[in-house]
Amino acid sequence: MKFTIQVNEGPYQHEAADTAYHFTKAALDKGHEIFRIFFYHDGVNNGTRLTTPPQDDRNIVDRWSKLGQEHDIDMVLCVAAAQRRGIVDDGEAERNGKDATNIAPGFRISGLGQLIEGGIESDRVIVFGD
Amino acid sequence: MLHLVNKSPHDGCNLDTATSIMKDGDSLLLIEDGVYGAIKAGKAASLLEGRSVSVLGPDLAARGISEDKLVDGITIVDYAGFVDMVAASDNVQSWL
Repeated sequence: MKFTIQVNEGPYQHEAADTAYHFTKAALDKGHEIFRIFFYHDGVNNGTRLTTPPQDDRNIVDRWSKLGQEHDIDMVLCVAAAQRRGIVDDGEAERNGKDATNIAPGFRISGLGQLIEGGIESDRVIVFGD
Repeated sequence: MLHLVNKSPHDGCNLDTATSIMKDGDSLLLIEDGVYGAIKAGKAASLLEGRSVSVLGPDLAARGISEDKLVDGITIVDYAGFVDMVAASDNVQSWL
């Protein structure tokens, strides 16, 4: 079965970022396909590579990057939410005249259409948030 | 339909709303702080009567709630069970 996952909350702020990760991992372990993970609202903060949590804590961003790359998952950050919160890739840096990027490996920035497409192409959409 | 509730019954009325809208054949899964709704001595216990209710085991354990404190008849699932419940329902509604 194909799943699209929506994550509305940032790491270390709300349990949604953890629940979504554990659900995604369990779905993959059971042989399901993750069509897309769409990070919306504060959820885009899951995709900055500049976080440095304490060494004895889970690294939520690295954990997503690793899972996404291992399973070739399309992990999309909402562009308008990312612009508001300063999550920047090469394209956004150039378009908006920023002097740095911070997007984490395995993520990309795109529009809300990607969420709609996820709903059309997947058997289920599961929303994690506050 | 599968209803997901992630709020404590002491923090908003999500569980009241979800249970008032549930139809025969629907399932309810309590996750995150939603697991507080499954406590037998809690204020929300009566809302769960006669319904198909499950609770996410890791979230119970994280809050130190043991199985004997739960409303009778509740099923405890792990994340794999959560995935199975999603696959078994045509729609999933997160009551955020």
